[in-house]
Amino acid sequence: MLDAHGPDVHRFLVASVGRVDADDCYQETWMAALRAYPRLRDASNLRSWIFTVAHRKVIDHARARRRVAVPVGDVPETPAIATSPALEPDDDLWAYVRELPPKQRTALALRYVADAGYDEISAVMGTSEDAARRNVHEALKRLRTEYRP
Amino acid sequence: MTDIELELRRRAPAPDRLPDITETAASAGLVDVAYATLDSPVGTLLLATTPQGLVRLAYLNDDEATVLEELSDKVSPRILAAPRRLDEPRRELDQYFAGRRREFQIPLDWRLTRGFTRRVLQATANVPYGVTTTYKQVATEAGNGLAFRAAGNALGSNPIPIVVPCHRILHSGGGLGGYTGGVERKRVLLGVEGYSGLKQP
Repeated sequence: MLDAHGPDVHRFLVASVGRVDADDCYQETWMAALRAYPRLRDASNLRSWIFTVAHRKVIDHARARRRVAVPVGDVPETPAIATSPALEPDDDLWAYVRELPPKQRTALALRYVADAGYDEISAVMGTSEDAARRNVHEALKRLRTEYRP
Repeated sequence: MTDIELELRRRAPAPDRLPDITETAASAGLVDVAYATLDSPVGTLLLATTPQGLVRLAYLNDDEATVLEELSDKVSPRILAAPRRLDEPRRELDQYFAGRRREFQIPLDWRLTRGFTRRVLQATANVPYGVTTTYKQVATEAGNGLAFRAAGNALGSNPIPIVVPCHRILHSGGGLGGYTGGVERKRVLLGVEGYSGLKQP
C-alpha cells in the first residue's frame, strides 16, 4: 500500500500544507494508518481510505498551527521563520490554493494532484458528490478572478 | 478542461523523495511483518520476519507481490520493507552460501504451519548440515511413518526453505525427489553443503 499510494499521498500533502510540513504530515498519516489498519473492515478502497487519513492530518496540522500562532503587536515584514528557496520551491499557484478555504483547497488537491474523481473526493471529505463538485467549482472560480501570476 | 485546470495539473507538486517511515513505524510497534530481499546462488530470496522470528523465505520468480499478498492475508497487512530488520538472517544466509555457516541461529516463527505439516518441518529442522534423510524417516519422526506422501506435501509447502532444510530430504532409493523451488536449487544447496551422495541424473 505504501509503494502504491505513498507518492500520491506525499504530493497531496505538499500541495495541501507546503513542502516543509508535508514530511511530518506524511509520517503521521502512515503511523495513523498502520495503527488503524487491524481494525479496518472494508479494505476494498484502500486509496480513498489513506487519503481520508491524510486529509485528517492536514486538518490537525492547520489546527496545531492556529494554536501556536499568537497575535503580535508589530507584524514583521518578513516571515519569522525564513525558508530557504532551495527547501521551498513551492509553486505560487499552489501557494495561493493553500490560502483558499480548507474544503476548497483539499478538493483541488485531491482532484488535480491525486487525480481523484468527484466520487472519491466526496468519500475522502465526507461530503456529497454535489458538495465536492461545488467546492472544486468555487475554488476554480476564485482562482480565475483573483489569482495573478 | 479549462486554462486554470491545466495550470493546476501542470504545476502540481512533482514526485519527491519520500520520508522513510519504516524505523519510526517499527520502533512504535506498528510493523507486524518486515521484509527484505537477498541475492543468492539460488536466485533472489525474499525474507520476512515477525517480532517472533523468521516467518517466510521465498524463492522469487517475479512474484514478489504474490508473496507479500499471501503474508498480508495469513499474518498481517502491516508489512513494510525494512531491510535492517533482516540484517541477521541475511548475514547468516550469506555465510551459509559461502560455506562458512553450518547452522542457523535465528529464531523461527512457525505460524504459517500447523499440525502434521509443522511436526514434519520441525523434524526436518533437526537434520544436520550435509546429511540427508528420507521422507519416510521425517514422517516417522512426525508421528506417522506411513504418511510419507503427506510428509512430501508438507515439505513442498515449507514456508522457510533453506533454513528449514527440506532440501536434505531425499527418496528412500537416494533419488533427489521434488523441491519447492525446483530440483535444480535442491542440487545447488546440497552442493553448497558438500553432499556428494547424489545419484547422477
